Amino acid sequence: MFSGKLHGIHAPHRKNTVDRVPVRLPVPPVITVPMSMNIGAPAKPVVKPGDEVKVGQMIAEAGGFMSAPIYSGVSGKVKRLDEIVSSNGRFDTVVVIETDGQQAVWEGVKPPVVTDKDSFVEAVRQCGCVGLGGAGFPTSVKLNVDPNRVHAIIINGAECEPYITSDTRTMIDNADDVIYGAQLLQKYYTAERIVIGIEDNKPQCVKIMEEAGKGVPGFEVAALPALYPQGGEKVLIYNTTGEIVPEGKLPIDVGAIVINCTTLAVIAKYIRTGMPLVEKVVTVDGSAVANPQNVIVPVGTPIQDVLNFVGLKCEPKKVLYGGPMMGTSVPSLEAPVMKNTNAVLAFDAKDAEDPVPSACIRCGRCVAHCPFNLMPAAIESAYNNKEPETLKALKVNLCMECGCCSFSCPARRPLVQVNKLAKAMLNQYNAEQKAAAEKKAAKEKEKEAV
Amino acid sequence: MNNMIVSVNPHIYAKDTTQTIMRDVLIALFPAVIASIVFFGVKALLVEVVCVATAMLCEWAFEKITKKPCTVMDLSAAVTGLILALNLPVDIPIWQAMFGSFVAIIVIKQFFGGIGQNFANPAITARVIMLVAFSGAMTTWAPAAFSNAPADAVTAATPLAIIASGEGELPTLAQMFLGARGGSMGETSCLALLLGGIYLIYRRVISWHTPVAFIGTVLVCTALLGQQPLYQVMAGGLFLGAFFMATDYTTSPPTPAGKLIFGVGCGLITVLIRVWGNFPEGVSFSILLMNILNPYICDWTKTKPFGGVQA
Repeated sequence: MFSGKLHGIHAPHRKNTVDRVPVRLPVPPVITVPMSMNIGAPAKPVVKPGDEVKVGQMIAEAGGFMSAPIYSGVSGKVKRLDEIVSSNGRFDTVVVIETDGQQAVWEGVKPPVVTDKDSFVEAVRQCGCVGLGGAGFPTSVKLNVDPNRVHAIIINGAECEPYITSDTRTMIDNADDVIYGAQLLQKYYTAERIVIGIEDNKPQCVKIMEEAGKGVPGFEVAALPALYPQGGEKVLIYNTTGEIVPEGKLPIDVGAIVINCTTLAVIAKYIRTGMPLVEKVVTVDGSAVANPQNVIVPVGTPIQDVLNFVGLKCEPKKVLYGGPMMGTSVPSLEAPVMKNTNAVLAFDAKDAEDPVPSACIRCGRCVAHCPFNLMPAAIESAYNNKEPETLKALKVNLCMECGCCSFSCPARRPLVQVNKLAKAMLNQYNAEQKAAAEKKAAKEKEKEAV
Repeated sequence: MNNMIVSVNPHIYAKDTTQTIMRDVLIALFPAVIASIVFFGVKALLVEVVCVATAMLCEWAFEKITKKPCTVMDLSAAVTGLILALNLPVDIPIWQAMFGSFVAIIVIKQFFGGIGQNFANPAITARVIMLVAFSGAMTTWAPAAFSNAPADAVTAATPLAIIASGEGELPTLAQMFLGARGGSMGETSCLALLLGGIYLIYRRVISWHTPVAFIGTVLVCTALLGQQPLYQVMAGGLFLGAFFMATDYTTSPPTPAGKLIFGVGCGLITVLIRVWGNFPEGVSFSILLMNILNPYICDWTKTKPFGGVQA
């Protein structure tokens, strides 16, 4: 069995905005709310052009079990429903709302009645929460488990990506909500341990959470080394409980639930006030930004409005949703802030430049820095040689795409990029193998019948 | 606004590049270059410049002719040229030194696909080829300054030859450590090589595993065999080989376990050759042989994926 420390990289911290108390963005004239803001099925719009909406009013219902409803973060009028190409290249429906600047709160906003685990999960579902650390996994699905299976609830306050401080601000500004959320989880899941994992480059958060969590039974703060990707789900589980989530299994299979601290604060706020997830604290930073800042923005606000608000030094050449290690670059500044957007980073031409790859020198740094002990250089050559069996043996499917391999590669090989393609190649191969096996079985059955 | 760059994560990178790594190796070899000039005169510098220049020129010319991207500026050819030079006796004819650089870069490196593709260390293989091709010049050692050699001596014996033959006077341990002894011009000063090795470990260009396993194995085995272990460790090309050649990325394993096996293997073969072989020195042969075993060591020491389940 594996023992010892997981590898990682010492990414630059660049937490320039840690002391910036979030400021509220003036209501933007128009917001564009995408229906795909979670892993799983997109939400289904329940409004039509011309409808009046208010803050906290539902504009789209969950599109299935693996989905989450969406609420308006502004008051105004629905202008139209549009088709756009989202940052992942897929088509998506958006609800475009013209704001009236009143920010009138919807009359239906009232605290939900929560009496047991099931009503708690239902409240989480109604609140529209998805994994706000960036993954966008519908939170109610994660929490919809047998409480007896839960031994450790791990609150993710690692915030290991460079630049981003929105979770840090949650822990500083909304410590009570985080703790209230922890109490609710403790009440309905009765885990032995509630651990909040925080990288030790945020001593103020460690102190605040230790202070705030004093009365909660089983609550503890784990100050973890600032080693990216400390906030990766499997990494955090291992570093706080020592449990290894095996291939193909979920955290709950080792008795753990991991929940981001901001997600938890949003749930707590909803249960306290009835206000669902309609706005986000977004860290705005990067070399093209004049005054790095934390900004509170309604979900759906165009990035352009956010950047204009904090001020730009120059025309941004690359803009990211999220951090520089795992963030996605957006094709246009019209792209909206989404539920799982925790940062908008804008970079100048120099930082936006993609490096030029050269030949692999087999230095082994990709292996030495992979948290999961994979061999990215070997995966790259197996992918280039189209060898899915080798990819299977190399366990490329375990890759969490944290980017440590590409980050540390002195030849600037696009390793994590190839890992993504290799995973797709392996998935396709596995599907083909399965289909072929089924076909063969069916044929043999037929033969037997004859 | 539509000319924004869209690319896949990550969007930041570590500072190290192939070029900075090779530059670090050159910096680490600098003390050895100084030592070679101190002990063998300015002629040493000439051979070093010739080898580096020839290596870079060969790399440039080959890539020009085969229309491949030019990699001269990654400095890997310069490193190969310099390591080869440090492995040569100072009185080597210049044309032979140039031939060695040519073999290293063209035959061993470029014919096998360029940087990262060669199965054996270019400098070592070139040295071994030169040892066979020019065995006279390659085993004629000039006396080092501050050594025991008589003032009028033209040639000197290496400590390993003295040990093997039992004839002649061994240098003191201090002379061995500082480099005042017969040998290839860059291999004699353990102090200079140790400084360079420590720099490389400090800069995380290499890890301690290979050199410690290599030198440690030689120390332990020669001690067990009663073969003057301290002399054995400091003599010949062991420090140069252990820090600068057995640690070559392309031709040695990437994992710590693999590096340990590689280092121990190099040490065992070195001792075998030195104690029972025909040659007084075996560092080059040992690294070359382990280079050949490298793919197998890599196979044995594959990492175990975190949470991976065997099918």
